[in-house]
Amino acid sequence: MEAADVASSAPRRSAGRRLADLLHGRPRLQVSALLAGPVGWLVIGYLGSLAVLLAASFWTLGELSGEVEQTFTLDNYEQIITEPVYRSIAGRTVLIAALVTLTDVLLALPLAFYMAKVAGPRAKGMLVVAVLVPLWSAYLVKVYAWRTILSQEGALNWALAPFGLDGPGYGNVAVWIVMSYIWLPYMVIPIYAGLERLPDSLLSASEDLGAHPGLTFRRVILPLVFPAIVAGSIFTFSLTLGDFIAPQLVSSTQFIGTVVYANITNNLPLAAAFATVPIMIMVVYLLLARRLGAFEHV
Amino acid sequence: MRLSRRSKLLLRVGSSLTLAFIYVPLAIIVVYAFNPSRTLTWPPSGLTLDWFGKALDNPGARDAFLTSAQVGLVATAVALLLGTLAALAVSRYRFFGRETISFLVILPIALPGIVTGVALNTTFTQVLGVDLSLFTIVVGHATFCIVVVYNNVIARLRRLSTSFEEAAADLGAGPWQTFRMVTLPNMRGALVAGALLAFGLSFDEIIVTTFTAGAGDQTLPIWIFTNFSRPNQLPIVNVVAVLVILISVIPVYLAYQLTRDEGTTGPATTAA
Amino acid sequence: MRADPRSARWAWLIVAGLSAFLAAFAVGCGSDDSGDGGDSGAPTELGAAEGEVNLVAWAGYVEDGSTDPKVDWVTDFEKETGCQVNVKIGNTSDEMVQLMRTGQYDAVSASGDATLRLIDGGDVAPVNTDLIPNYADVFDSLKDQPFNTVDGTNYGVPHGRGANLLMWNPDEVSGKPDSWDVVFDKSSENSGSVTAYDNPIYIADAALYLMTHEPDLGITNPYELDQEQFDAAIALLKEQRQNIGEYWSDYTKQISAFANGDSTVGTTWQVIANLLEADGVKVETTLPVEGSTGWSDTWMISSEAKNPNCAYMWMNHIISPEANAQVAEWFGEAPANEKSCELTADANHCDIYHAADEDYFDQVFYWTTPVADCGDDRGDVCKTYDEWVQGWTEVKG
Repeated sequence: MEAADVASSAPRRSAGRRLADLLHGRPRLQVSALLAGPVGWLVIGYLGSLAVLLAASFWTLGELSGEVEQTFTLDNYEQIITEPVYRSIAGRTVLIAALVTLTDVLLALPLAFYMAKVAGPRAKGMLVVAVLVPLWSAYLVKVYAWRTILSQEGALNWALAPFGLDGPGYGNVAVWIVMSYIWLPYMVIPIYAGLERLPDSLLSASEDLGAHPGLTFRRVILPLVFPAIVAGSIFTFSLTLGDFIAPQLVSSTQFIGTVVYANITNNLPLAAAFATVPIMIMVVYLLLARRLGAFEHV
Repeated sequence: MRLSRRSKLLLRVGSSLTLAFIYVPLAIIVVYAFNPSRTLTWPPSGLTLDWFGKALDNPGARDAFLTSAQVGLVATAVALLLGTLAALAVSRYRFFGRETISFLVILPIALPGIVTGVALNTTFTQVLGVDLSLFTIVVGHATFCIVVVYNNVIARLRRLSTSFEEAAADLGAGPWQTFRMVTLPNMRGALVAGALLAFGLSFDEIIVTTFTAGAGDQTLPIWIFTNFSRPNQLPIVNVVAVLVILISVIPVYLAYQLTRDEGTTGPATTAA
Repeated sequence: MRADPRSARWAWLIVAGLSAFLAAFAVGCGSDDSGDGGDSGAPTELGAAEGEVNLVAWAGYVEDGSTDPKVDWVTDFEKETGCQVNVKIGNTSDEMVQLMRTGQYDAVSASGDATLRLIDGGDVAPVNTDLIPNYADVFDSLKDQPFNTVDGTNYGVPHGRGANLLMWNPDEVSGKPDSWDVVFDKSSENSGSVTAYDNPIYIADAALYLMTHEPDLGITNPYELDQEQFDAAIALLKEQRQNIGEYWSDYTKQISAFANGDSTVGTTWQVIANLLEADGVKVETTLPVEGSTGWSDTWMISSEAKNPNCAYMWMNHIISPEANAQVAEWFGEAPANEKSCELTADANHCDIYHAADEDYFDQVFYWTTPVADCGDDRGDVCKTYDEWVQGWTEVKG
C-alpha cells in the first residue's frame, strides 16, 4: 500500500521540488541564485553609487552660475593635491585616527582580557552587556555630553580645578578624547571575541614551559589576538576618518569630513574629489587588514 | 593561566579605569536629564522630574522613535536576507571571487559614513531622480547592516559541520527542507544576534541617514539633531537618551545569551 | 559541493558588465537638474489650502510657542488656514540652498547670499505679489531690490532686515568695545575666547573692517573683492584665527558658548543676546563704528512646492502687521511691514532698529552672493562664491 501511495504521489511535484531539481547538481546555478540578491545590491547599488561619486569628482562648476557642469576636468584633484591646506587637513585627520585607534587598543586590552580570561561566567555576562549598552545611547547625545564636559565651566575643569590644572578645552585634543570614547566598544568586542577563542590550553602550555605571564602575553597571546585587534581598528580608524559631527561640536579645526560636508552644496565636485581620499586610505587599510587575517575577527 | 596577584590587580585596575571612562559621561547625561536649566552648565543647578513628563508627552519624540523602529525593522529584515544568502554561498561553495565577497560586504561599513551618504544621496537625487524618503533611508541602512549579519552567520556556519546537511539529503530531504529543518535552527542564535546588532546600528545611525532622509522624515537621531538647535528641547533630548539606554539593556542581554548558548564566542561581531 | 569555476566566472563577468553599464548610463545622463525650473511663472489665483506647509527658515523666524510659550505667531495661522506648519531650521545660507535644492520644501526665508543662487538654479519660482495683500504695506525701499527681483520679475516678499552685532561678556572683556578691532587687530587681548560666524560670508566682515582701517585697498563693497582685496581679507582672518576659541553657525552653540564662558566676544544676532539674557547670562551688544554686515531676508517659494497655496498664505501671514511685528521684536530686526511699527510691544522698536532709516541701512552691507562681475569698471575680476569657500577653508586651516 505504501509503495502504491508513493507511486501515485510521484507526479505531483511542488514548485519548490521542481526548483530544487533544477538546481540539483548545478552548483554554479546554486551559487548564482544565492548571490544574486546580495551581490546585485552591493555591486549595482553600492559600488554603483560610489562610481557616481567618483564621476562627480571629475566635474566642474559653471563660471558664473556656480552650478555643476559635467565637463571632464582634473582641476579638483589638482587643487587638493597642490594646495597645502588640504594636505594638512588630510594629514591631521589620519593622525588623529591613528591616535584614536592606538588609545582604544590600550584601553580595550585590559578590559577584554579580564572579561575573557579572568572574570567568572556571571561577571562575564554582565561585563559584555555593560560594554555593549553604551552603543545604544545616541551618538549625538554622547558628543554633546562631552561638549559640556570639556567646556570652560564644564565637569572636567571643575574636577581638575582643585589640582590647579586646566582641561584641554576644545580643539584637536578634544576630538581625540571624544572619538576614543565613542568608538571604544567597537574595539573591545573583537578583542574580547578573539581572546575567548584562545584556548586556555595554549596558555597553560606556555606556563608549563616556564614562561612568566609577561612573556606569555608577548609571545603567545599578542600574536594570536593581533588579527582581532586589526579588525577592531578597521572601525575606529574609518569612523574617525569620516566623522564630521563630533569635530564641529568639540573643535574648530577642520577634518576631512567637515571639509567634504562644507563643500557639498556649493562645490560637489570638490567635495567628491576630497571624499576619494578616505576611500583610498580605507581600501589600502582593508587590503592590509585582510592580509593580516582580520576579516575572520570582524 | 595562573596570574600573579599583582597582574590580577593591575588587570582589575585597568579594566575599572576603562569602564569608568565609558560610564562617567553616561552618568553625566543622566544627571542632565534631571537638570532644570536649559543650558547645560556644570554643576547643574538642581534636580527636577519635569523633563521626563515632557518627554513622554512629546509627540515629536514618540513619532521619531516609531519611525526609527520601523526603519530598523525593515532594514534588519533586508540585511538578514541578503547577509544570510551571502554567508551560505561563501561558506558552502568554492567559486571565483569568493574572497572578494567578504571585502565587498565590509566596504559599506568600513568606508566613512559621509562617503556612503553622499554617494547614495547623489545617486538617488541626481541620477535616479528618486525623492528621499523612508525607503531611501532603509536602503542606506540595509547596505551597511549586511556585514553584521553576514559575519555572525558565517562564523556559525563554519562551525556547523556539513555532515548534518548531507545526512538530511541522504534521507531524501530537498534542499529547502534541509535548510528549514537542519541549517536554520542551528543558525538561529547567530541570526538573532546579527539582527539585534543590525537593528542597534540602524537605530543610532545619523551620518548616512542625514543624507538619505527626506524633508519630513525623522528618525530618532535626526530628531535629536534637530532638537539640539531648540533651546527648550535640549533637556528632553537627554531624557530620551536615558530612556533609550535603559530600554536597550534587554535586547543586548538577549543577544549575548543567545550567542553564548550556541557555543559561539559571545557577540563575535562588532556593530558599527 | 564544488562549483564549476568557469561558469561562475561568467556570472561574475555579467554582473560586472551590468554594473559598469549602469554606472556609465548613470554618469552619462545623470545630474540633470532635479528641477527644470518647475512651472514657468507664478500662479494667477490661489486655490484651497493643502493642509500643510514645509518651511526652511532661520532660527527664530517661525516660532510656535515651543521655545517660549509667549512667542508664537504660528498657532493662530494654523488655526485660520488649516495649514500645518513644519519648519526646518537652516543654520547658514549654504544649508538653506542645499535644502531647497531637494525640492521637498515649499518656502524659504532666504538671505541675499542665497536668493540669487536659488533664482539662478531654478529652485524658486516667481511670486505674484497681487496674491499677497500685505505686500502693499511693505517699505518701498525693500521692494524690487536686486537680491529679490530679476529682470522685473519678483521672486519673493521681504521679511525684515537687520545688522550683525558685536556681543561681549562685560565681566570678561574690559572697556566698552565700539569697534570691530576687538575681534581683529586687538583680538589677542581675548585670545582663546573670540568667536566668529562659521561661514565663508564672514570674509565680507573682514573686508568691511579693511574698508575703514586700510582705505588704500579701495574696498567699496565688501562682497566685490578683487584678488588684492581678497588676499588682504584672508590674511586678516588668518591672524584672527589664532585667537579664535570657537566658530559658530548653530545659534544654540553660541548660546552655550557664551553661557559656559568658552566665548566672550564676537559677532552675533540680537535674538541670541535676548535668549542669553533670558537665561541670566550677562552680555552686551553694539553696532560698531565701522558699520556691519547684515541681511535683508526674503520669503521665496519653491519651484517644486507641493503646497503652493499654503505657502502663499504663510507669506502673507508672516508679513502681516501683527506677525511681522512679533518676529521683528523676537529676532531683533527691522520689520518689513510699515504698519508693524505701531504694533511692537516696545514703542521704540522701529527707531532702535532703524526700520525707516535708509541712511542707516546704507551702512549695513546685506549678505549677497559674491559673483565675478564686480559691478564697476574693474570688470569680471571679482572673486566668486566658491572661491570664497576655498578661501574660508584656508583660513580655518
